[in-house]
Amino acid sequence: MTAFFASLRIAVRALMVNKMRSALTMLGIIIGVGAVIAMIAVGSGAKARIAEQIASMGSNILIVLSGSSTSGGMRFGSGTVPTLTVEDAKAIVNEIPAVRYIAPDLSGVAQVVYGNQNWSTVVHGTYPEVLEIREWPLDSGRSFTQQDLDGATKVCVLGKTVAENLFGGIDPVGQVIRIKKVPFTVVGVLAPKGQSTWGQDQDDTIFVPLTTAQKKLFGTTFPGMVRVITVQAKGPDDVREAEVQITDLLRQRHRLQPNQDNDFSVRNLTEVMASAEQSANVMSLLLGAIASISLIVGGIGIMNIMLVSVTERTREIGIRIAVGAKSRDILFQFLIESLVLSMMGGTLGIAIGVAGTFVLSAITQWPTLFSIQAILLAFLFSGSVGVFFGFYPARKASLLNPIEALRYE
Amino acid sequence: MEPLIQVEDLVKIYRLGEVEIPAIRGVSLAIERSEFVAIMGASGSGKSTFMNILGFLDQPTSGQYLLEGMSGERLSRDELAEIRNRKIGFIFQGFNLLSRTSTLENVELPLIYAQVPSSRRKEMVKKSVSAVGLEGREHHLPSQLSGGQQQRVAIARALVNEPSILLADEPTGNLDSKTSEEIMAIFQRLNRDLGITIIMITHESDIASYAKRKILFKDGSVVHDERNVALLAGKERKGNT
Repeated sequence: MTAFFASLRIAVRALMVNKMRSALTMLGIIIGVGAVIAMIAVGSGAKARIAEQIASMGSNILIVLSGSSTSGGMRFGSGTVPTLTVEDAKAIVNEIPAVRYIAPDLSGVAQVVYGNQNWSTVVHGTYPEVLEIREWPLDSGRSFTQQDLDGATKVCVLGKTVAENLFGGIDPVGQVIRIKKVPFTVVGVLAPKGQSTWGQDQDDTIFVPLTTAQKKLFGTTFPGMVRVITVQAKGPDDVREAEVQITDLLRQRHRLQPNQDNDFSVRNLTEVMASAEQSANVMSLLLGAIASISLIVGGIGIMNIMLVSVTERTREIGIRIAVGAKSRDILFQFLIESLVLSMMGGTLGIAIGVAGTFVLSAITQWPTLFSIQAILLAFLFSGSVGVFFGFYPARKASLLNPIEALRYE
Repeated sequence: MEPLIQVEDLVKIYRLGEVEIPAIRGVSLAIERSEFVAIMGASGSGKSTFMNILGFLDQPTSGQYLLEGMSGERLSRDELAEIRNRKIGFIFQGFNLLSRTSTLENVELPLIYAQVPSSRRKEMVKKSVSAVGLEGREHHLPSQLSGGQQQRVAIARALVNEPSILLADEPTGNLDSKTSEEIMAIFQRLNRDLGITIIMITHESDIASYAKRKILFKDGSVVHDERNVALLAGKERKGNT
């Protein structure tokens, strides 16, 4: 321990002799660690935002899309041809125990008018349960109800974006808007939800009862048909089972032969999100790896300077060996010196990385997230860089011939 | 009792590619405890090589060298470092102090490598510094000291581990004659009062005359080995200090 502190003192003193040189050498590590910290913060920020969005989509959700049918050798994409019916949706919730809620959905883009304001948005004709499934609270008013659905009343619930664009500061609840020229009474406004994983504004939407949408808005060519059924399973463990059972049930209901393709598709949203999260992981790994390269370049700078230092101090090393320093003593002395360089650089790099991330985040509005683990990891990594790149020069010093070293001018 | 240093038929040959350069061609001698020996010789006579072997900095090609009955043969680099640390004190022509390092820390250096505990270290350093009369200069850096003072720091460093021998390689080579006399006076005092064995290389015969014994090297062999009868009789030549 005494020897360690003595070596530490010697190392700090040796570094103080060439302050400018030590500072420049450290700069490589400072930039490297700073970059690693900043990149990891950006990567984890992106990951955290995705996780947040997953939560905003609601949990344990399956989306059943109509289409994917083949007609005369022509294949149609999902959702293009309505092959699902409201009856299919009802059968799913009634016959499959793993399913909690369903929300069949018939949607379309429509022009919405209030007074002299107008706005184009997506109108969803659906069930009241959609707000339960998507865990979407109301800001004011109420949702539409089962009675509204049964009676096909002309009521609607507005997303925040629509409410703001049509009404500005006025409370929309109780007002009448025109959707495709049909008057609807606004009964509620939803709380803001923000962007979806794909960058869509989830608040730019209107919900109306499915029956009303069928009769007054979009129910033309395919009566009783819906394009999408959103399904919520009872729990995370039920999602897979529900997926399989829905597929079986719908194949049976659509009377598909075993050799026929599905005329619908079931998408597991959790899996979609998991893959989005995975790509965010890959991105942050990539960013971290690129930043690590600068850390390694910084390490090479340390090695370079340590080699110069060993050569310059050949005589000192000779004296030490002559008076009884073992190879180990000399090795440690120079290792500690490069360790002090790299750890000091690491500490400063963390400070600069954190500060830089705040600046970056303020300018670009990117979400960033610091983790103690990442900072600790960067610090330890800088230490290992010091040991790794300091080892060769230190070993070279420890193996000097004392007679030649003492004669060195 | 065996002699402190026993050298038998010592040979050292340097190899430069295909060429063999004999530096020492069969030297045999013995040095007893508390001797003060001056080794003289022209440059290239092999005296420095001999000194390096005595100091366990180099190994002989053949023959035997025993220090207190101990041979450096087949010892590892680190074992040799340990012997140097415990048994030998080095004094060099160019002082070879660590720059930007105080007197105390320079003197302390061998003790750190010997892993002497801190409190004991302080005590030993203090004793050694006062033995060479450097009290009041403990916190000076080498650059703040005169040549003679720097050499005294080096002597204190050589003494601090209480070694069996002091090896001095041209200790006055960089000093003026007055300071040289001071250093020689210190050597004589250490030798007489503390019984420390000193082996000193010099090419100046007036410096050599401070020693009790003179050994002359020529072409890698000892050509002359005489005891200073006057000094042995107790009539020591006094320095100016």
